[in-house]
Amino acid sequence: MLRRRRKRNGQAIAEPETELPVGSEVGSAPVGEQNESEPEAELPVGSEVGSAPVGEQNESEPETERASFRNRLATARGTFSGFLASVASRGVDEATWEELEDALVLADAGVGTAAYVLDRLKERAKADKITDPEALVAMLKSQLAENLGGRDLELGTDGSPAVWLFVGVNGVGKTTTIGKLAAREVRSGRKVVLAAGDTFRAAAAEQLGMWADRSGAELIRGAEGADPSSVIYDAIEHAASAGVPLVMADTAGRLHSRTNLMDELAKIYRVAGKGPGRVAEVLLVIDATTGQNGLAQARRFTESAELTGVVLTKLDGSAKGGIVMAVQNELDIPVKLVGLGEGLDDLVEFDAAEFAEALLA
Amino acid sequence: MFDTLSNRFEGIFKRLRGLGTLREGDVDEVLREIRLALLDADVNLHVVRGFQDRVRERCVGAEVHKALDPVQQVIKFVHEELVATLGGETLEISHPAKPPTVVLLAGLQGSGKTTNAAKLASWFKQQGRNPMLVGADLQRPAAVEQLRTLGAAIGVPVFSEPSDPIAAAKRGVAEAAASGRDVVVCDTAGRLAIDDEMMEQVGRISDAIEPHYTFLVVDAMTGQDAVATAQSFHAVLELDGVILTKVDGDARGGAALSVKEVVGRPVAFSSTGEKIDEFELFHPDRVASRILGMGDVLTLIEKAEQVYEEAEAEAAAAKLLEGEFTLEDFLEQMRQLKKMGSLQNLVGMLPGATPELREAEIEDEQIAQVEAIICSMTPQERAAPRIIDGSRRQRIAAGSGTRPSEVSQLLRQFSEVQRMMKRMGGGKGPGAGRKKSKKGRRGSRVTPPGGRQRGSRVTPPGGGQGKPGKPKLALPGLEDGPFDLSSLR
Repeated sequence: MLRRRRKRNGQAIAEPETELPVGSEVGSAPVGEQNESEPEAELPVGSEVGSAPVGEQNESEPETERASFRNRLATARGTFSGFLASVASRGVDEATWEELEDALVLADAGVGTAAYVLDRLKERAKADKITDPEALVAMLKSQLAENLGGRDLELGTDGSPAVWLFVGVNGVGKTTTIGKLAAREVRSGRKVVLAAGDTFRAAAAEQLGMWADRSGAELIRGAEGADPSSVIYDAIEHAASAGVPLVMADTAGRLHSRTNLMDELAKIYRVAGKGPGRVAEVLLVIDATTGQNGLAQARRFTESAELTGVVLTKLDGSAKGGIVMAVQNELDIPVKLVGLGEGLDDLVEFDAAEFAEALLA
Repeated sequence: MFDTLSNRFEGIFKRLRGLGTLREGDVDEVLREIRLALLDADVNLHVVRGFQDRVRERCVGAEVHKALDPVQQVIKFVHEELVATLGGETLEISHPAKPPTVVLLAGLQGSGKTTNAAKLASWFKQQGRNPMLVGADLQRPAAVEQLRTLGAAIGVPVFSEPSDPIAAAKRGVAEAAASGRDVVVCDTAGRLAIDDEMMEQVGRISDAIEPHYTFLVVDAMTGQDAVATAQSFHAVLELDGVILTKVDGDARGGAALSVKEVVGRPVAFSSTGEKIDEFELFHPDRVASRILGMGDVLTLIEKAEQVYEEAEAEAAAAKLLEGEFTLEDFLEQMRQLKKMGSLQNLVGMLPGATPELREAEIEDEQIAQVEAIICSMTPQERAAPRIIDGSRRQRIAAGSGTRPSEVSQLLRQFSEVQRMMKRMGGGKGPGAGRKKSKKGRRGSRVTPPGGRQRGSRVTPPGGGQGKPGKPKLALPGLEDGPFDLSSLR
């Protein structure tokens, strides 16, 4: 089955959900009612299919993934819901705005972004004569979703092979993201080569190797301390000659403030484009716990290797990942994928509406 | 790490000092700016509020407007509250009568537990201890592999077994005791604070090995959530402190401030780079000074003292005073400097380092280049660089794998340093005591020519616009102190 198709109807991805304890939550999701469709056999999560018309702003949204996004977040945020309950009990006043700002700042959106967002909201609220705090919050959510959504989240497949490069600071989950994504691609019937471009961290290649085993992808690695560009280049050449359509290249975590390491990345990017393949995606992996530094990360990384998207990991924790709003606002780099756990299937496509909902939950 | 924050404070104070008199509302204005600076630095919103309230309260209580020097008074309050918020005490590790000392590390995924377990073990080794590493992260693929590789690199044995984390940890500690190891550092899997099952597991690991110290490993880049995370871990594990990692980035480390304030446990160690030995005890009071633009001279001096022999320093100082500073000495100093750690870190500790200098890109590789160039010179050339003409320059460039222009640049910088050093030799050092001034000079001796900066973002050596008549620290390129140290004492 074509990947593109699969993503649309989401069946292939639905099945592994069964193992996840999250499944239990599903029943409580209001969406569950409408659905009676096919993936049901595996799990009630499939439910979302029925709500297809809702997906207007984001048609390509894989339905099952969306459900899991919501449910996972619901689990994570259970304790925090009702945060804005106090807002609702009064009329809209100065304190309301302050509380909204607090909520955005606490979600790591940053003071600047919060001010920008709220200024716009103020204008709209004034125009629409909104006096009910609940309506105001709803308006804010839809404004955020509008802001973040409507982007093409499809990962590029041009080139033979297509090369997806994963970059980011240390410890954000690059290797794990590759592992999960490789599993997804392999399951959809695609052959994948993983390039162990992190030749710096001890045992990084072993870690990627274990993911290769789990996912059924092939691993190409060099010696520890080898030149990462050449390892990745070799992997691309290998994939080209073996007719493998996709190479996912891991890179060492690097702090964006280290010029020599960023130069190294620029070289990796250059060299990866020189081979038979084509660099179709450069994905910056950002940890949801990241604070205001995330914007600096995105700025510097895209200077060295032009970013095509962001993968926001660890969103299943209590951190809300609001920094991606600043990244998208300022640099116009969309969030494409979201990591929601350690399991093989815990990587889902980004959903702006759900994200906005969770941000203010 | 704290440098961008310190730049902000510097700007705020500068404007404040420019006011001369303090009017109604000025304090609020300053507090608003401080709030912004702190939030941008990822200090927790609630912590910022508390900080603001305390400073405001004190300003009102002290009737700042009537004070002799109201501006200085406000700065003093901000400084004191910042130090109080950061937490004053540096952690002192004591060891139990019956070894081993058991240390447990916990934290979120990717915060740097495994790397810092090895760094901590290496730190203990430096303290003359006999550490052992225990890998209880059986979750992340190849985590134990990583720990073994690191253990081999630092010569510390690693224990792990593919049973379950609790059994592995327990067995590890027993193994350490049996083999006469006196410190055990136990690495655990990364976990989310809201993952009840995993939190319970780490609680059971803790119960099983009864650690003397439990550290939460926190990434300096963490945002607002750091506090919630620390609270959750503290509830289960009773933390003793935080190991703050990735401090070498440009994150402003507000997480450090916040955890202390909310959980009541200070940052105990910080990891300042990717190399194993880039790891040190954290001195909250010094960091507070650093944020306020006062530098961290103490750490700098300590680092220098670790590296320099007293006699050597005397000799070099004497040479300096006579203005006989040759390329040979220069090279020697470069090498000494390298032993002290990364240049970027060192510059951050300099009092009054200009924002430009602090943000300058200083790569350690550049020292290697300088070394190569000087090593490609003949002894005559090193003694008298002025004899280096075009053809000599060609040869040196070829020999060192650099370009002739780079050789010229180094020579220019060197003569700049030489000139500056002569000036310093005749100038006055800071402080009155002989010992103190010697130390000050020692600190300054190790400053490279303007830090071998790259690009034009940096003020040239000696290029700071020093204000005349202000007490200065005699550091090359750093004349423009943000404010004099004496004013706060």
